[in-house]
Amino acid sequence: MSQTNTNNDQYYVPHLAKWPIVGSIGMTMTAVGAAIYMNNQFDSPIVMYLGFATLIFMMFGWFGEVIKESESNKYNPQVDASFRMGMIWFIFSEVMFFAGFFGALWYVRNMAVPWLGGEGTGVFTNTELWSGYEGVWPTNGPGNIGGKFELVDPFHLPLINTVLLMASSITLTIAHHALVDGARKKVIGWLIATVVLGATFLFFQVDEYIEAYQHLDLTLKSGIYGSTFFMLTGFHGMHVTLGAIMLTVITIRMMRGHFKPESHFGFEAVAWYWHFVDVVWLGLFIFVYII
Amino acid sequence: MSHAETHSHDHDHDHKPKGFVKRWLMTTNHKDIGTLYLIFSLIMFIFGGALAMIIRLELFQPGLQFVQPDFFNQLTTMHALIMVFGAVMPAFVGFANWMIPIMIGAPDMALPRMNNWSFWILPFAFTMLASTFFMDGGAPAAGWTLYPPLVLQGGHNLAFAVFAIHMLGISSIMGAINVIATIMNMRAPNMGYLKMPLFVWTWLITAFLLIAVMPVFAGAVTMLLTDHYFGTSFFNAAGGGDPVLFQHIFWFFGHPEVYIMILPSFGIISEIIPTFARKPLFGYVSMVYATAGIAFLSFIVWAHHMFSVGMPLGGELFFMYATFLISIPTGVKVFNWVSTMWKGSMTFETPMLFAVAFIILFTIGGFSGLMLAIAPADFQYHDTYFVVAHFHYVLVTGAVFAIIGGVYYWIPKWTGNMYSERLGKIHFWWSVISVNVLFFPQHFLGLAGMPRRIPDYSVQFANWNMWSSIGGFAFGLAQIFFCIIVWRTIKGKGTSKATDRVWEGAKGLEWFIPSPAPHHTFQDGAPVNDEHLAHVSSH
Ligand code: HEM
Ligand SMILES: [Cu+2]
Repeated sequence: MSQTNTNNDQYYVPHLAKWPIVGSIGMTMTAVGAAIYMNNQFDSPIVMYLGFATLIFMMFGWFGEVIKESESNKYNPQVDASFRMGMIWFIFSEVMFFAGFFGALWYVRNMAVPWLGGEGTGVFTNTELWSGYEGVWPTNGPGNIGGKFELVDPFHLPLINTVLLMASSITLTIAHHALVDGARKKVIGWLIATVVLGATFLFFQVDEYIEAYQHLDLTLKSGIYGSTFFMLTGFHGMHVTLGAIMLTVITIRMMRGHFKPESHFGFEAVAWYWHFVDVVWLGLFIFVYII
Repeated sequence: MSHAETHSHDHDHDHKPKGFVKRWLMTTNHKDIGTLYLIFSLIMFIFGGALAMIIRLELFQPGLQFVQPDFFNQLTTMHALIMVFGAVMPAFVGFANWMIPIMIGAPDMALPRMNNWSFWILPFAFTMLASTFFMDGGAPAAGWTLYPPLVLQGGHNLAFAVFAIHMLGISSIMGAINVIATIMNMRAPNMGYLKMPLFVWTWLITAFLLIAVMPVFAGAVTMLLTDHYFGTSFFNAAGGGDPVLFQHIFWFFGHPEVYIMILPSFGIISEIIPTFARKPLFGYVSMVYATAGIAFLSFIVWAHHMFSVGMPLGGELFFMYATFLISIPTGVKVFNWVSTMWKGSMTFETPMLFAVAFIILFTIGGFSGLMLAIAPADFQYHDTYFVVAHFHYVLVTGAVFAIIGGVYYWIPKWTGNMYSERLGKIHFWWSVISVNVLFFPQHFLGLAGMPRRIPDYSVQFANWNMWSSIGGFAFGLAQIFFCIIVWRTIKGKGTSKATDRVWEGAKGLEWFIPSPAPHHTFQDGAPVNDEHLAHVSSH
């Protein structure tokens, strides 16, 4: 049977998966926990945290199993190709997730807000409902939702962050080349550099949020500007966090002697993810911060 | 062919894991997971159908008889959400799981553990969604389209509905990734893309649609969530947002979503028709292109659902003409099915009856779609029962008929038993008559101005509503009968053993393995026999 079989000329089909159901339970607990907490049906987020912990437990178990199988040569190149396609299309789904929010930003800036300001067929909306509202971006709407606010200066922290993330993509690429050349020490060094750059990015991002909330009065509630600003940068930040954790994991795996110059899918998957997160940031830097 | 030999000498592999937990909860076997999907889907059909029965009961007569208006709105909303995400989509994933690996000569789905997870998210998500019926404020009641601001005014249900949708999205995306990886990576060595059965092709394209639009839907409902709980202003004009923004994002997902529900049906019909016409599918390659064309166009027509919302004139025109364009590839398909039957030596077993009914009735739905796509005309039809008639023709006599036809077509292969042809024929005629009594009058109601999603109506609509309800009850009952037929087939009651080939004219790998299909089919990635394929044509 393929479970006991270490020669890999057959496509490896695992048997008896125990982690998915753990994942489903974790996911449901997280969702229910969050919902009852948000609804004030229950006054503690404990269920959500437990669910989250279950999910993390599941990931350790599941990925651990896969890593073990991979390190014991159960996967042939065809299995590798399945993993690659899986990762590519997963990243594509993430691209579409962000596309939805970028699309929303585009729509409000070019359609909704100008119409509220009386452009095109919005004349009567403007004169009858929101007279005096000019409809220029940035805005928190004719209702001045969330009160007056100021913008984050794109050429301060965000610019530094852009440089940091771009640099991290480069260090990661250097690490990858080193891995292909079999220079393992070098790989670990450059990976650590990448993680540090990512962590610094996150540090500044948190700093920027604190600044926005405390000094600029820019919050999630600052009308449509605050909504799009924080949702886009927030989801991106979550992805950077996830990416940094994944980078840390592969760094540890490198230290433990995992990955081979000719086959290191786990490494590549994380690298693709990190580059993707980088590209999203470029989009944010241009469309959210600068323009 | 390799399966028969492998099957006999490699005994270990045919051992099904023992015990419920191991066999079903922890399974990585594409056939078992396919079975789980199909059973789950059937349960959801019954649940969603029960809600529809209450709807039709209330609409049997004018006035308010049985339910309160707010509960009525919960019924229409949950009926649609359950049918779309719980019944139709999982049914197709069930078919995909069962058939795709067999059809392309693969040992299993490419990512078997993830396959398990894709399924096992669903029961949890739907339990969460259904639990909202018992909460303060009840279930979501703004329609399956979840338009703000209405949907934001519900009770506690919003967070549950949104998280359930996130989970369904995760499940669908993982399922779609699996389908793509399986088709692109797991085909037997000599199984070229243009030798694949059309069902495999349509699913490949459907999977791309799923990955492209489910995340957008997730984003849209996330915005609802933050608008409701965290004070964002995406859909709040006072904050500079716009409720219409939601409609754009929703339908950017929503229109491809309706094709997600119909493309696999096209695939199933394209398998059934050639078998019973005993002729190869006419225009195989053009079918592939037509499917891809429909998928592409489905991304640029979404605002035909929003003609009356107040779009700029240029938008109305663009979306009107783009929508018309879809009828070209759709027409190609219908033409090809009809040409396949032309001069065929046809027999009309139950799957074929459903397939022929599909072609006729789906086309009726397509025509009413064209009427709705005429922007100025849609100003009158929009949000009336005409729309309800349209989408039930494409979804019930389209998608659901294809599912039922597919079940009759492949259930002998799945279970090793023939269903009872006599009962199948009764089921068909019972369904096809009642479904038309149910939905055809809704065209008249809509044209006469009866609005959708309203529990009461003016007396002029009473007659046709009564007919529609009678048809509805009959159709519902027919599906209970269907469950009995399926049950009897599984148990082998009043049926005969199925042969391997099952259908005289059948081509395709699934018909050259034993019935019931062994737990593991192809194991060594060996080439498949070209003679067994339906499409090896000239190129
Ligand atoms: C020739 C092809 C089609 C055309 C031209 C078409 C056109 C339309 C239009 C214009 C509407 C909006 C009507 C309104 O709200 O005023 C609509 C609604 C709808 N269509 Fe189609 N359609 C086509 C095929 C399909 C197919 C294949 C499906 C699904 C399998 C489908 C499912 C739906 C659904 C579910 C709605 C109603 C959505 C809602 O408002 O709840 N349509 N269609
Ligand atoms: Cu549409």
